[in-house]
Formats: sequence, C-alpha cells, structure tokens
Amino acid sequence: MAEFNKAENLGEWFDQRLNTKAFWKTMMSEYWIPKDINFLWAMGALLATLFGILLISGIFLLMYYKPDVNLAFDSVNYTIMQEVGYGWLFRHIHAVGASIVFLVIYIHMFTGIYYGSYKKGREMIWISGMIIFMTFSAEGFSGYMLPWGQMSYWAAYVITEIFGGIPFIGGDLVVWIRGNFYVSDATLTRFFMLHVLLLPLGILGAIVFHFYTLRFPHVNNQEGDFFDYEVESKKFLDGNKKESKVINFWPGFLSKDIMVINIFMIFFFYLVFYHYNFAMDPINFDKANGLKTPEHIYPEWYFLWSYEVLRGWFFSIAGISGKDLGLMAFAFANGIFLVMPWLDRSPTVAPANRRPYFKIWFWLLMLDLVILTIFGKLPPTGSNAWVGFFASASFLILFISLPFITNMEAKKAGGKQ
Amino acid sequence: MREFKILVVLFAIVGFTYYGIEPYAHHIMHPEPVEADFNFKDLKDIDSSLKGDAQNGKTLVEANCVACHSIESQGHMPLMDDATNAASYGVVPPDLSTAGNLYNKNYLANFIANPAKAMHLEHKYSETKPFPMPSYNWMTPKEIMDIVAYFESIKAKELTHKESFENACGRCHSMAYAGISAKTPGKVATSHFGSTPPDLSQYIKSRGEHYLHSFINDPQNLLKGTAMPRVGLTQETQEDVIAFMEETGDRKKDERNALGIWVILFFVLMSGLAIAWKREIWKDLH
Amino acid sequence: MINESRRGFVGKAFGAVAGVGAVASLVAMKKTWDPLPSVMAAGFTVVDVSNMEENKLNIVVWRGKPIFVLKYSADMKPTEGRNVKIGDNYFSVMIGLCTHLGCIPAYREDKKDFKCACHGGKYTDAGVQTFGPPPRPLDIPPFDLDGTTLTLGKDGAAYKELMAKA
Repeated sequence: MAEFNKAENLGEWFDQRLNTKAFWKTMMSEYWIPKDINFLWAMGALLATLFGILLISGIFLLMYYKPDVNLAFDSVNYTIMQEVGYGWLFRHIHAVGASIVFLVIYIHMFTGIYYGSYKKGREMIWISGMIIFMTFSAEGFSGYMLPWGQMSYWAAYVITEIFGGIPFIGGDLVVWIRGNFYVSDATLTRFFMLHVLLLPLGILGAIVFHFYTLRFPHVNNQEGDFFDYEVESKKFLDGNKKESKVINFWPGFLSKDIMVINIFMIFFFYLVFYHYNFAMDPINFDKANGLKTPEHIYPEWYFLWSYEVLRGWFFSIAGISGKDLGLMAFAFANGIFLVMPWLDRSPTVAPANRRPYFKIWFWLLMLDLVILTIFGKLPPTGSNAWVGFFASASFLILFISLPFITNMEAKKAGGKQ
Repeated sequence: MREFKILVVLFAIVGFTYYGIEPYAHHIMHPEPVEADFNFKDLKDIDSSLKGDAQNGKTLVEANCVACHSIESQGHMPLMDDATNAASYGVVPPDLSTAGNLYNKNYLANFIANPAKAMHLEHKYSETKPFPMPSYNWMTPKEIMDIVAYFESIKAKELTHKESFENACGRCHSMAYAGISAKTPGKVATSHFGSTPPDLSQYIKSRGEHYLHSFINDPQNLLKGTAMPRVGLTQETQEDVIAFMEETGDRKKDERNALGIWVILFFVLMSGLAIAWKREIWKDLH
Repeated sequence: MINESRRGFVGKAFGAVAGVGAVASLVAMKKTWDPLPSVMAAGFTVVDVSNMEENKLNIVVWRGKPIFVLKYSADMKPTEGRNVKIGDNYFSVMIGLCTHLGCIPAYREDKKDFKCACHGGKYTDAGVQTFGPPPRPLDIPPFDLDGTTLTLGKDGAAYKELMAKA
C-alpha cells in the first residue's frame, strides 16, 4: 500500500482513499454538455428526480401495504389513506408521480425523435432509453394492481388475457403468468414482488446504463451540430466560456435542470393535492370483485394508445380474426420504437422542422398518437370503432413508410448538394 | 422565444389530450347526474299541504304501525331482534323515532299511501311479490297527514351525521371504515334484493359528492332498474349523510387541502431561487 | 503450448458447467411461477348430475366463477347448440354471469327463465338473451362428459360438438 500523508481536511482524506477529486471532475465539473439546448433537455434530470420521488414514496407505502387479496384494499384505502400519518400524502405522490412520469417519458422520447437524437452513434442511447420505458411500463402495470380495486383487477384481467392470443402456448401462458386460472392471490403476490423489487432493480440498472451510453456519443443539441469536444472543452477550461460550444455538467447544465425541476414541482404538487383523479381512478375505490365487471374498462392513460392499436381491429381480414390482427398490431406497436434508428434511413441529424418529409411524418405521428389515446378510453362502439381502426392502421402505415420517406428525403438532400 | 414557442406547443398537445381522456371521456361514459328534487313533486296522491292532527296520528300509529315498527323514543321497543326481523320481512323495518327528521313530508305521506310507488320500485314489486309494508291508501288523506304530523311531533331535536346515516342507510348498507354493519344480514338482503347492498366506506371516493347527491335523491335516475329504493330524504338529511360518508371515507381532506398550499408556495420560492441561481451561473456562459 | 490449450479446455469446461447450472436454475425459477398443484386441481370442477332435480338450478363454482347447471324437465324444449343431453334429460351448463355487467342472474322456476336483478336482463332456460341489455347469450364453459359426471375445464367431445353447432 502506498504511503499516506496525514490529510489536511476531510476532502483530502476522502480523496486519498477514493480519488474523489478526479471522480468529481470526470462525472461533474468536466463532463461536457452542448450549450445549444432548450428546456426539453432537462427532461432527463426531471425523470431521474421523479424516479427518486417514486422510490421514496414507495418505500413508505411498503411499510403498511399488505399483498393479500383480503387485506390489500383496506390496507391502502383505510390504513395508509386514513390512519398512517401522511400516508395519504405518500400515496398521492406515488400515484400522481407514476402517471406524470410517463408524461415526461413521452416528452423525453419525442424530443429525441424530433431532434434525431437516436442515430449516427447515438443508437445505444435510444435503445437503453426504450428499455427503461418498457421496464417502467411493466412497473406501472404491476403497481396498478396492488390497491386491488375494481380497475386494478379488471385491467390486470384484460391485459393478462391478451397473452392468450399467442398461438399454441397462449392459454397456458395466461395461466402461468397469473399463477391461477383467474386473477387471484397468486397473481397479486407475484406482481407485488415484481413491482417492489425486480423491476425497480432493473430500472435502476437501466438508468445507470442509459447515463453511460451518453458519455461517448455525447448529448445532441438543438441543431444536430457535430463538433470537436476536445477543442470546445479546452476553450471552456481556458476561460473562453462564452465562445465555447459546451458547458460543464455541474454547475452549468444542472443549474438549468434544477430550475426546470423546481418549476415543474409547482405543477406536480398542484396535481398531488388538488387534481389527482386522473391518476387515481374513482372506480378503483370499489374493491376488486371477480364476479362483477365494471361498465367501462380502460388502462391508465399512458397505455391507451397501444391499447387502442390492439382494439382497433374489430373485424377479420383474410380469414385472420380481429383479435389476432389486433394482437399482431399491438406487438408491432410495442416493438417498433426500439428499431427507430434503423427505420430512419436519412443520415441527417437535424430537428424535424429542417427536414422536409420527416417533419410531416413526425406531426402526423403525434396527431395519430393523440387520437389513439383519446379513443382508447372511449367505448369502442359505433363510429368510435372505425376511428380506432383507421388510427390503428395509420400507426402501422406511418412506421412501415418511414424508411421510404427518409430515403426519399436523403436523396433529395443529396441532389441539392 | 424559441423555448416559449416549444412550451406553447407542448401545452397544446398535453392539454388537448387531457381534455379528451378526462372531461370528455367522462362526459361520454357517465350519464350527467339529474338535478335532485327534494319536494318529490311527482307524488301527488296525498295532498301534503293538509294540516294533520298529531294526537289522532298517535292513535292511528299505535293501531297500525307498531306491530312491525319500533318507535324506541316513545317506548315501543322492537318485538324481535334484527336477524329475526330481517328474516320475516326481507329487510329490518325502520324504527320510526326519526321518521320526522329523515323524510320529506310529501314523500312520507305518499309513501304511507303506496310505498312501492313512492320508492320508484314498482318494477320490483307486484301483486304476486308485494312490498313487505302494505299500502295504506284506504286511509283518508287527512288521516295520513295526522300520522305525518305525529312523526313530526316526536322527531329528535338534532341528529348527528352518523345517526342520520345509520337511520337512513344503515338498515341495508354497512360502513366498515366507521365500524357500522348493516342491520339486515347480508345474506338476507341479497336474497331480498337480488344483489348485496354494497359497503359504503369508499363511496365518497368512487362515486363522488356530485353523483351521490343525485343518486340518493332518486337511484333510478342514474341506475335504471336498481333494487335500491328512493328513500325520500330531506335535503338536510341527505347532506348530513353525504357529510358522514366524507368524514369516513376521506377524513384527511382538510389536512390535504391545508397542506397543499404550503407545499406549492415552497416550490414557488424554490423556483425563484433556482432561476436566480441559474442566471448567475449562466452569466459567464452566454 | 500444452499449458495454453489445457487452460483453454479447463476454462471452456468451467464455462459449460456453469451454463448448465444457470439453465437448471432457470427451470427452478420457471417452476416457482407455475400455478400450484392445489390451484391446478381446483381448476377442474367435477359435478355429478345424476341426483339433480329437474327444473332446479344448481350453482357450482369453477375457477372463481359461478356455473349454472340446470336439468330440464320433460316439458322443456332444448335449444340448438345450447343444451347437452346427459342420460334421458337435457341440461344447460353455463357460466352464471350476466353478459351485460357480470351480475348473477336468478332462475325463476315458474317462468323457466333467468332474470338479472341488476338491470333487468332476461335469458331463456338455455341462456339465450330475450330482454334487456345483455349483448350475447350466457357463456358455456368447456366441459367433459363421462356418464353422468361433468368435468368443468376440460373440453371434451360433447362440448366441441355443442360449440360446432352454436
């Protein structure tokens, strides 16, 4: 072991043992972020904050929650909501946080699509992000089951039933997932395990990985500009901070993030205290009853678009039943974002407003997703069913046509040059 | 400026989607609650503006009612325990001590004359399956109003929210979170009504005050065909009942509303400081 | 050289055995997710219909759902694709949940129909909707027939025949 001189102060003491000064430089004060960014670049830090809030509120809910079909409902709605000191607060924060985290995930995700931040070396950033999204979806779904209300039960019933459409193994698979022929105590306890341990662990790991993927390709900027980080960071360190195209992660980038986070928290806590029904569906305050189907069953809002893609196919085409078509479309919708970097054939990294065809594609996709989300909640009767069908078909067409559109765009741009 | 434009676009998309999945979807999925009618204007068989004589009413009640109903405040104790009572009638007959508090006068008069009609349950009961209480339409309107006047004269000075709930709802409905179990055993009620009257502990949350206000006044408005009768509560009693449901099912409401403002103000202050700090840092960067 | 390849072999052998161990543990984990034997056993409800009374509704529970078993009397007509003949009598075997909102309809012996108390839906004795909001007939659970014994949860020949007709 090397000789240790007596440390002058606590900082030095730690530095001797953990090399904290170099670590701080690498991770914070000399980790470079482009300067040409807007508040949408703060969504990542906001998501990390929201995940922290969910984790902490979840820990306190765990103290009194009872994963048992006979006890779960009352442990949430009586013990936690009405007896435990500030238990209601943690539940509201957890429920609203879970809903709002998806809003921010979607903003984060479509920011990435808009600015083309998934290609030319940034593919792993995109893929790791999508892995977080998928794990978060599973986390949201498993958590929604825990209060054991009517919507918990029937959403779990309907969503697990979807796996029944998989050829050959479907029927057995549903029973295997549920641990019973119907959603029951075994289902609740295993989803409880997933929700409080396995999935959060996975999310934590995926978040760390996502941060890591950013280090080498670097964060994108508003114009899709590629520049030499060595040169720009040197300018910064030499004191030409105004000319440099980069800022340091701490305090430059984070000061802006923290500002956005604090402003966002005003809105967040307004929802937590005064406007929470969108995240805590009133129907879920009726205890789960397997013998009584609620009049309307719908998933939480953030699953509505893919639920509508599933539901839109209500008639058979070429001998394939509507149910199977829907299932195929659903599988397509949930997997397709993952391969986004390869669907976009144009080498240009630029915001959508500077890309003639992609611009149109992007806003059509946004429109389609909004329509899918809204009609995913409405009863699928009459003309609603047809709107659902066309919106669902449009979703598929948009993604199937993306390679052709971007190819054409690339050729057009190439011709100009 | 660019950031402001982005923010406007973001708000527009999120706002429009929110409108679609919340207010609009609820408007489509749930019938609009009907305005409550606390005068029960549809009931006209008995003219309830007639002035009744409480003394004669007492005689009539003692001759006609106390065989089944208790009036504990006047010393008429129940003849059987709740379970036996329920088994005999389908539902435990109400104690009438508080009838003058709970029920609207016009409703009460018309109820005595024809219970199933007043309750809007004529689809449930018929000649072959009559309502346990017979119609007293053979009495003259004056006699019926005498009975009403008698109930009015013996009514309790004041009922707590809990007492209102127990008297108005507690014969069929439990309220586990307040430690109240229905007087009529669940099994008996189930066979009488066709389905079990639900526990109401969380109904303030699952149905909301707005819905309950319309529903309790006349369940048929919002749930056609339901076995729950129109109970005929006065506006005051109904408000007490809903208040009790809120005290039981959402007892942290005041704490929540009071705390929220402070948390929000805290983040307003934090935001102010964060904005100032960011400006200070970025002074060198821009 | 010998040492090198030897090390290569030992390394590969170690990796292979570790891989087998990992796969084996996956099997154990998959088994842990399997429904318990008690749950599987409860998934098949066996009903003996020989002692059932005519025109009296029997309700058995199968996979958390009420199942109606109704033995027809001689004057009750069977419906194509809805009834199964066991011995000399026709039977209705149906999931006893109203297809409207899942309430449990009641059987009226005098009128020989089912009436749902919740919203007034009516069904014939064979479970075909005749009035009110129900969108489709009562569902028929998969069953297998062996003499006078019904096994709910197994799709036997009689069930398949019924489904083909419906």
